[in-house]
Parts: sequence; structure tokens; C-alpha cells
Amino acid sequence: MSGHKFKKKAKSNPDIPTAALPDIIFMLLFFFMVTTVMREQTIMVMQKLPKATQLTKIERKSLVSHIYMGKPTEAFVPVFGTEPRIQTNDVFISKEDIARFVNNEKDKLDEVERDQIVMSLKVDIDVKMGIITDVQEELRNANARKLLYSAPKNVDTE
Amino acid sequence: MADIAFLLLIFFLVTTTIANDKGILLMLPPPDDEQEELDIDIHQRNIFKILANSKDQLLVEDEPFRESPSKLKEEVKKFILNFGNPTQEGVEIYNSFPPELKRYVNANGRRRVSSDDPTNLKAVVSFKANRGTSYELYIEVLDAVNAAYNEVYGARVGLTADEFLALDKRDESQKAVYDLARAGIPRAISIAKPD
Repeated sequence: MSGHKFKKKAKSNPDIPTAALPDIIFMLLFFFMVTTVMREQTIMVMQKLPKATQLTKIERKSLVSHIYMGKPTEAFVPVFGTEPRIQTNDVFISKEDIARFVNNEKDKLDEVERDQIVMSLKVDIDVKMGIITDVQEELRNANARKLLYSAPKNVDTE
Repeated sequence: MADIAFLLLIFFLVTTTIANDKGILLMLPPPDDEQEELDIDIHQRNIFKILANSKDQLLVEDEPFRESPSKLKEEVKKFILNFGNPTQEGVEIYNSFPPELKRYVNANGRRRVSSDDPTNLKAVVSFKANRGTSYELYIEVLDAVNAAYNEVYGARVGLTADEFLALDKRDESQKAVYDLARAGIPRAISIAKPD
């Protein structure tokens, strides 16, 4: 018992093999390159979206057109004031221009898909329903009746 | 080599915004001239009225409502699953329910003062906001009403509301489940034009 020395375990090599590292990095790189969508427009209105739980995901991204609503962000307040505004693409528009915007967006789609166009409303929580109703009324008349109230998932229920 | 890859990787990591086209779907009614015949012949008891004023206060079925959205969801669910005076079609729907849902209906859904049955135009949820109502409240209410419907649809096929929502309609077997859940009970949400 006594003569027996404690034998240390053979020391394992602590180095992590790095031979595959570039491969992994490249894989990640390609993943992000593929998934990246470059923002083609700057959003000029406040965008604090309301949270919701009952969300539907739109499978066909090409069918979705966005309309942003909210107060102009700080940089634009001197020019556009603090009243909520409607933004499509890169410009503020008035509600009368919505029909034209819808038609432009529809023209980008194939003829068979034009009825399936989805208007995604990205509206700040501080906007009142008045302006939203006006926009919806215009969309209705322009025959773009499928709406998506864009909202992130509310994780903490109750 | 790896350095350059790292650099690029970090660049793309920073610029990436995973696009999220998620939200609450709503179908607007057709333009004005075509929808005249809509509000005929729906009995008062078959309409669940939600009103919101410009101070973000709610009036639900003519009573002030100060509770949480989840309570509202329960109220709407009770209304949808009420069989006060079912038609033939309504009876068939009731018979198609799984036992648990039948029990729910028997416990809550026999009030004659509430909706007749869940079929077309026999249970309509009407939501009217004011022009001064905040978008936040509007979405909250819409979310609660949709949650009630999704729970009912889910319960018919033994799923939760979230699982029902996650059904992929491009997949044939899942589409069949979806159709079964939706059959006969339209999502009758009417958004009235605000004052």
C-alpha cells in the first residue's frame, strides 16, 4: 500500500486542433453572406413596433411591400415636424399617393400574383388610429386588401 | 487567409438584419360599393362588440372593461364557442369537436343570450376603434381576438394556439390538419370604421 506511488495521469495535450478553423469560419462567412439583405432604404420614422403573440409568417417575401408610419426621427423633425408620417421606399408620401405606390408594387409582381400582394404595415406604437384608418381605406380602394401588422413576438406572456 | 475571412465574417455579422416578415394578418373588406348587404340580418346576440375610445378605454359588450387582454381572449372564446340556438350546421360542428372541447362547450356555451353557433355570420366579433385610439391598444385587442380564434382552431385538432399557427400550409399533411381545424368556423373579425 505504502510503496505505491501515485501515478499521474498521462498529460493530455490541451491544444484544440485548429486545422479546421478556416473551414468553420468560411462556412459562417458564407452563411451570413447568403442571408444578408442590404438595407436599401433608410427608415425616417420612429419604429417601435407593438408586440403580439398571434403571428403569421409570410412565406413568400416577394409578395410583401412595406409601409412605415410614425413620427419622423430626430434628424427629420426640423423639416417634417413631429406629426406621424407615412413612408414608403425612401420618401414621405401623403395618403393620396398610396394607390400609386400600391400599383407600382403590383407592377413588380407577375400578373397572376398581383392579387396576393401583402401590405406590411410597420407602425410605431404612438401613432393614433386615425391616420392608420385613412391608409387602410386607401389600400382597400386600391385593392390591396391583405394586411400584415408587423410585430415582433411577445415572449413574456402575462 | 483566415484573417481576411474573419474580417469579412465580422462585416456581414454586423450588417445582417435577419428579415422578419411576421405579424398579424388581417383581410380588409372589399371597397365600399360592393359590401352593402353585409350588416343585414345579424342578430345583436350574434355580435360581440368591442369599442375603444380615444383615451384607450375599452367597452366590451356594453360594459367597461378594465382587465387584461387574456381575460378578453377568454370572453371572445366563450362567445365563439357558444351554442345558444345552433343550426343543423352548428350541431354538426359540435359533434366534430374532441371530447375536451365538448366539455368546454357544455360548461360555458349554452347561453341563449350569446351567439347561436360558430358558423358563418352567427358569431361575429366586431371591433371599433376611435381615431384617437393608440395603435398599441388596437394591436393588443386584435391580438387577443386572434388568440381566441387560434385557440379554438387548435383545440379542434388537439394543438395549442402556437402549434396551430406554426402549421406549414405548403406541407400537404399539415395543410389537411389546418383545413380540418378551420372547417365551418370562419374567422369573423369585423373592423368597423372608426369615428
